[in-house]
Amino acid sequence: MSIRTITFDAIVVGGGGAGMRASLQMAQSGFKTALISKVFPTRSHTVSAQGGITCAIASSDPNDDWRWHMYDTVKGSDYIGDQDAIEYMCQVGPEAVFELDHMGLPFSRTEEGRIYQRPFGGQSKNFGEGGQAARTCAAADRTGHALLHTLYQQNLKSGTQFYNEWYAAELVKDSQDNVCGVIAINIESGETVFFKAKATVFATGGSGRIYSSTTNALINTGDGVGMALRAGVPVQDIEMWQFHPTGIAGAGVLVTEGCRGEGGYLINKDGERFMERYAPNAKDLASRDVVARSMMMEILDGRGDGPDGSYVYLKLDHLGEEVLHSRLPGICELAITFAGTDPVKEPIPVVPTCHYMMGGIPTNVHGQALKLSGGHEGDAQAVNGLFAVGEVACVSVHGANRLGGNSLLDLVVFGRAAGLYIEDALRQGMTQYEPSNDDLDRALSRVRRWDESKGGESVASLRKELQSTMQNHFGVFRKGDLMEEGVEKLANLRERIANAHLEDKSGAFNTARVEALELDNLLEVAEATAIAAAGRTESRGAHSRYDFPDRDDENWLCHSIFDPLTKQLGKREVNFKPKTVDTFQPKVRTY
Amino acid sequence: MVTSVTSLGRNGLYDWLIQRVSAVVIAVYMIGMLGFLITQSNLDFDTWSAFMGSAPMRIANTLLVLSVAAHTWIGLWSVTTDYLTSLTFGKAATKVRLVVQMVIALLLLVYVLWGLLMIWGGA
Amino acid sequence: MKVSIYRYNPETDREPAMKEYELDTQGKDLMVLDVLNLLKEQDPSLSFRRSCREGVCGSDGMNMNGKNGLACITPLSAVAPGVKEGKKPLVLRPLPGLPVIRDLVVDMTMFYNQYEKVQPYLQNNTPAPAIERLQSPEDRAKLDGLYECILCACCSTSCPSWWWNPEKFLGPAALLQSYRFLADSRDNATEDRLSKMDDPFSLFRCHGIMNCVSVCPKGLNPTRAIGHIRSMLLERGV
Repeated sequence: MSIRTITFDAIVVGGGGAGMRASLQMAQSGFKTALISKVFPTRSHTVSAQGGITCAIASSDPNDDWRWHMYDTVKGSDYIGDQDAIEYMCQVGPEAVFELDHMGLPFSRTEEGRIYQRPFGGQSKNFGEGGQAARTCAAADRTGHALLHTLYQQNLKSGTQFYNEWYAAELVKDSQDNVCGVIAINIESGETVFFKAKATVFATGGSGRIYSSTTNALINTGDGVGMALRAGVPVQDIEMWQFHPTGIAGAGVLVTEGCRGEGGYLINKDGERFMERYAPNAKDLASRDVVARSMMMEILDGRGDGPDGSYVYLKLDHLGEEVLHSRLPGICELAITFAGTDPVKEPIPVVPTCHYMMGGIPTNVHGQALKLSGGHEGDAQAVNGLFAVGEVACVSVHGANRLGGNSLLDLVVFGRAAGLYIEDALRQGMTQYEPSNDDLDRALSRVRRWDESKGGESVASLRKELQSTMQNHFGVFRKGDLMEEGVEKLANLRERIANAHLEDKSGAFNTARVEALELDNLLEVAEATAIAAAGRTESRGAHSRYDFPDRDDENWLCHSIFDPLTKQLGKREVNFKPKTVDTFQPKVRTY
Repeated sequence: MVTSVTSLGRNGLYDWLIQRVSAVVIAVYMIGMLGFLITQSNLDFDTWSAFMGSAPMRIANTLLVLSVAAHTWIGLWSVTTDYLTSLTFGKAATKVRLVVQMVIALLLLVYVLWGLLMIWGGA
Repeated sequence: MKVSIYRYNPETDREPAMKEYELDTQGKDLMVLDVLNLLKEQDPSLSFRRSCREGVCGSDGMNMNGKNGLACITPLSAVAPGVKEGKKPLVLRPLPGLPVIRDLVVDMTMFYNQYEKVQPYLQNNTPAPAIERLQSPEDRAKLDGLYECILCACCSTSCPSWWWNPEKFLGPAALLQSYRFLADSRDNATEDRLSKMDDPFSLFRCHGIMNCVSVCPKGLNPTRAIGHIRSMLLERGV
């Protein structure tokens, strides 16, 4: 077994916000840190985040309190967010956001010179009693772009070793399931290398490309989830997929919730502001799951517009040209490019679009990946050497539904937390687990399988079929029999993908090989999603079933855990024990 | 910071400023000369000779000669460093560039001395 | 419609060649990236970079019928008259002036090197406050038109000065980023930043050709930023 080995203290897989925040932390402290990213880091999907980063920095409201933010997040999660993790995120948040300012992030400003905050969905003051809050810190409508570039710049300054355009293909673990590093392919040359490290941090982002219509970038193929599942690491709450209310109809491109935060609202084909009927108080700033469902109801009831009656509109023109061009300049560009409408004059056609994976690799607040000992109901135990941060992780701060602006906060808070934890562990002496030749061979088998394929179906056609299966069987509204059908289709796809063909086997910048390897990951995520969705027999947050329309706290006030070895769905307790505040008890969720 | 020993001021701002100032001098000179030529209805040698021999014109001509030389050097130096590089000449680029620059420098030196001789030597 | 694409695979091709494709777009005004994705289904060996497909990640900068731009936000109708209707071929080439790795994928190392040279990160040696460093909306407004750069390299690779001196002239993208930090009221490394650009190449090789302005997919103006830096140098040096 001869394969080149490169050794680091820590490796981070993924160059988005979470990965670069983690690598920054470790590189700043002088640890030998590598960041492996399949694209140049500033091309990661964090760059597309628009509206902002939600955090109680008390700029818009000097009396703002992180506990109010915590309350909103717990309620938004439909009570299956872990309260200790949410507490940590909301409490540490301001420090993490101020650090971003010190790093140079060009936040928009208030007259006082402080960071500008805008209202976002699901935000309240005084534990839901004090009306709408404005808590989302923004850099115009390009917050993700500003954040990602700032973090890349700081990593340059701190000497992180970048492996850009390297594709992490498989996790390497020893016979005791301890993680030793990853196998990665240099896309430019085709060389396969073993990256060995004491800590492997997955920050591979989301997997929205399992759906045919998504706001996600083409690179969001669930590589981290795929690698974890193949290595036997379970995933949690993977049935919870957020559909963003305002994706541009047809193109799927995201239009920020900040539009509604700035005063925009949704109308049906009759021009009616329909959210007043579904959420009389919060209206268009209700939580995303609520708004997305309301839009789908309008469309299904025949009040959608367009040739197939398949979309509603986001109205912004009443805000005036000045507000639109200063607060939402990127949206104006996108609407003109992808919808052919100028928001200054006309409403934008929008439709709920797959946006965010709330589930993922279960972790604690330090980012340590967890497995469950003693069966599904047992205690969580750390997977030695493996960490996960950002969208690929399920800490869980988002539970069954993420609030707008909480993803960027999640990235920086937990990227930082994992970095801090690993730093400390490295100082105290972390074990470097050594794989045997067989272990390495096993990790390489998938890459080899594609390279040795001689015939079979094409990657593109299988991918298309997978995406339409997910779109049709696991969308905004779900139904038992339809989902069972979807699960079967995916089982069939698994067999066919195992025999699919990679025609181009060349080394230099072979994107066909990358797409083939990505397809394996899409399948893993899709299958886990499908089985978990069919298994959760209730409606909660983003998971909404016709056959089980109500929330079932008696049976399902818990995380779902998908075990890749048995393909069974288990349960895990939700944490209701925050350290410094009282537990937020589950209540009926209205907006 | 990129170092360069053959640029005029060995400094970007200095070169840029000289380029601009010399351009202004040349422009002003030309406008003045044009004005003189237009206002003279029948220009003969004596008038021209007296005009060019006057002290202000000698100074103006001196400024012109020096400005043209500086302007040309900076401009051509840019041209040589744009086109006579390893992209076009490979390893020989430095030699080629140096030779061309030296030839240009020599010609400009001759031009300046000759010009000064004409302006000040004929009196 | 007809599409003509620059193809080169270093492992099999001795030299690059243009390859012709036929595609039925049903007269739709697709984005150039959509066309490439459809062609990749026909021919999986075609290589190009792409990520966000909405013009914010900067992956798919390329040369379309002679002009640099982002494939994902350039509709066929905007490439050149007649392309959408199929009367004229769509001609796709890699960004000019950079070594080609394969097909439409260029080696951007030189471009990134210049970016790193301008110290593209905030520098401030005063202790950070417990909250954010305050900045007035007016000071923040100075960063508009600068921080939005997506590093797609459309500008630098369309700049003749950068073609001739890619290692000495910083190029429009890096200079725009340099000014983004010079203009930031929270940065106090102005003197150090300026002193690193005061040679005949780094900044002054800009001759105001303004190709950068005409191709920038984000509508930014590097030439103006370069002018601002020159003014700062002038103020400091005179």
